[in-house]
Amino acid sequence: MEASSLPVALELVSGGGVGLSPEKRAVLWSSLLLLQRDYRFERVWFWGCIQGVRGAYYIAEGLGPDRAAPRSRLYSLNCVEWSLLPPVTKEMVMQAGWLKGRFQGDPSFEYEYTERNAEDAERLLEDGKEPMIKEEARVVATIEQIDRAVGVVPRGAFVKTPLGSVSENRNFEGLSLTEAKKLSSYFHFTEPVNLKNKTLLEKADLDPSTDFLDSLEHDIPQGSWTVQLEKGGAVVVLRSLLWLGLTFYHVPMTKQYGYVYFGTGEKNLDLPFML
Amino acid sequence: MYQSHTLGLDPYQSLEPKSAYPRYVEEQDPYERGHGPYQPHEPGYGLYQPGYSPYDDQIPDPKSQTLAIENAKAYLLKSSTTSGLNLYDHLANTLTKILDEQPTNAVDILENISKDVKWAQFQKKMDTLRDEHEILPTFEAAEKRKALFLKPNGEGDEELEEEIGETPLPNVMETAFYFEQAGIGLSKDESYHIFLALKKLVSVQPLQTCRFWGKILGLEMNYIIAEVQYLEGEEEEETEEEEVPEEREKEVDEVEDEEEKEKEYEPPVSTYKPPPVIPKEENGTGANKYVYFVCNEPGKPWVKLPPVTPAQIVCARKIKKFFTGRLDAPVVSFPPFPGNEANYLRAQIARISAGTQISPIGFYQFAEEEGDEEEEMEGGRDTYEENPDFQPLSVAEMVDSLSAWVHNVQSILKQGRCVWLNPLQKSEEEEENEEEEKEEEPEELPQELQQEIGPPLLTPLSEDEGIQNIPAWTARPSTNLIPQYAVAVLQSNRWPGAYAFASGKENALEDKVSVQWKSENNTISEVNGTKVFSYARLCGIHGLSVIEPIGCREEE
Repeated sequence: MEASSLPVALELVSGGGVGLSPEKRAVLWSSLLLLQRDYRFERVWFWGCIQGVRGAYYIAEGLGPDRAAPRSRLYSLNCVEWSLLPPVTKEMVMQAGWLKGRFQGDPSFEYEYTERNAEDAERLLEDGKEPMIKEEARVVATIEQIDRAVGVVPRGAFVKTPLGSVSENRNFEGLSLTEAKKLSSYFHFTEPVNLKNKTLLEKADLDPSTDFLDSLEHDIPQGSWTVQLEKGGAVVVLRSLLWLGLTFYHVPMTKQYGYVYFGTGEKNLDLPFML
Repeated sequence: MYQSHTLGLDPYQSLEPKSAYPRYVEEQDPYERGHGPYQPHEPGYGLYQPGYSPYDDQIPDPKSQTLAIENAKAYLLKSSTTSGLNLYDHLANTLTKILDEQPTNAVDILENISKDVKWAQFQKKMDTLRDEHEILPTFEAAEKRKALFLKPNGEGDEELEEEIGETPLPNVMETAFYFEQAGIGLSKDESYHIFLALKKLVSVQPLQTCRFWGKILGLEMNYIIAEVQYLEGEEEEETEEEEVPEEREKEVDEVEDEEEKEKEYEPPVSTYKPPPVIPKEENGTGANKYVYFVCNEPGKPWVKLPPVTPAQIVCARKIKKFFTGRLDAPVVSFPPFPGNEANYLRAQIARISAGTQISPIGFYQFAEEEGDEEEEMEGGRDTYEENPDFQPLSVAEMVDSLSAWVHNVQSILKQGRCVWLNPLQKSEEEEENEEEEKEEEPEELPQELQQEIGPPLLTPLSEDEGIQNIPAWTARPSTNLIPQYAVAVLQSNRWPGAYAFASGKENALEDKVSVQWKSENNTISEVNGTKVFSYARLCGIHGLSVIEPIGCREEE
């Protein structure tokens, strides 16, 4: 969610029971502004927080002129001092996939993964690397996975210019209430995967400037989102069941939207059995 | 260049201005020397336009000019055959919109503005009939909420004043304030709505205690849960429900018997004997100590949940399901769950309560005059009272050591009950009846008769087992910056979403300790106000308990 709309936005997603303490809210307001100044970001998003056993990581993302470009990610343990996270690599994501269980809350903590299979072990031995994963790398990989899988924007909120860069749509005035209740009105804010596989017939209705992303409609497994009207119908809240803790809100007919993650950073692998 | 060609010779002059448009075709003569007509991108293109040419004012020809303008306008006014719009009106509307709204950098979004203007055409209501007023679902919700704020009629103010003294209504807002310090909890609006909804519940039901237990998110709707105890003697009749499952089983047996008689050939009889049904605990004891009311949203009617049976608790440990938000929804799972979602919800509430309701050590103590040794032998003492001499620990102490906290709800045994009951031990009458059967059965009574013993009430949390290398609880102060006024927050790692807080008193007024402590007791009593949220909690631990059955306290 946008750093500037943080107080309102947190109020809107508070139906899930988690949020920030008054202290954290107060400090985020100023520290994110300073972050924008120091790193020359055009926009700063407060991404959320990954709760560890001994502490929590607060995550912010900085956006450049192209909103769809890879974002800079920063973490903080106290919301005051922010440190830049390294860019994500494929290897990181793969290694983080081996890890299970809760985060520790210490970025220098080293996981020793013993439960990996033989192939992985061999590959690692060939590479001559230690079988250690720092928690920092796991945080990076988890943020990337969550953004990729469940980072959501409403349809039409962003437009793709003919030059290929993506920017906010100045003419976006919010989804109507009926549209807002449908999953097809929301897009994954990441490179589309399914869009190319669509048939010509399906593509015919798409507007290339707004429909350049995948919609949530065909997410696997079916039903991995809940759509609820909260606050007496004033706000539409989407919750991901795959990454429990990810909440997206949108106030229909306004420009207010955003997503935030408050969770343990663990994927809900049991989802198909729980529906 | 253009000037040199046309010096003294205005092309318009020689032309018959029949039309303003085809003129470029006819004008080609002057350019035969190597230059075709000016293209729109070439410099000098605009000079053709009337009024721009430097010679226009020199050679005024108002007639031809007006004609050109009229022709242009006529063209612009041509309606499109497909949409019925014409460009002239559209441009006028677009420009009016731009000038009215004055957006910055209008040229960048000109296309969108033009599109908006076109869309507005469709929305125009040409019909004189009025639409029926749209009824949004939000209105209905607002109506329900409004009802919460209305004072009930017929109650005199005097009565209300009398009641104020000993109402079981909890101060939800105060609890919410402390949870907010820890960054947990619902928004203030929602808390207040729940507060009012609880007040409604208290005014309708004869309750002794009432507490906001928490909120559980569902797929379609959410549950708001109130934990209550009835006044003594006010509990309603529920005995009928108890017998229902047994009766059903009997019926089933009878049916099977009849079928078997009909058949001449008897298939081999299964030697499987279902384990004896463990009776549920009496209302007011064990896992059924409290009664729970739920509603989907504040303002909707409260629904009482049925008491929980041991079989439901045992099964609930083995499955992992999302709640839908409808109490009558079936629970499709394996192993099959005995009951619908209301039963599942009740079983989960019992498990969560047993695992996560805690209080600071010393806040409760066992009643002293307890003399029944037998009871102690069987299931440990299950009653406690508030310790009048309670000395709260400082927040630092509460955070540092988990042994500063104790469970104040009995743990649930593997059997699904809080107090162990020997399933094979039968009342005397039953024994007589079943003597014959027993003769048939060989003597192989397994060692399951061993009594299950759970940790006694008020066991410190430090005894809780972690899951793998994750401790069962995480404790932290709500703030490190102002430790004097911090609140100790405990978070369950087994049931993510379950929190407890305790506000110690460690500020400068230590001289007035006794006064402070007493006033603080109110706050501390909220300590067992565990809030439980989200499916995160339901699944997280549920899954783990499947993998590693020892993981949960309730199953020890």
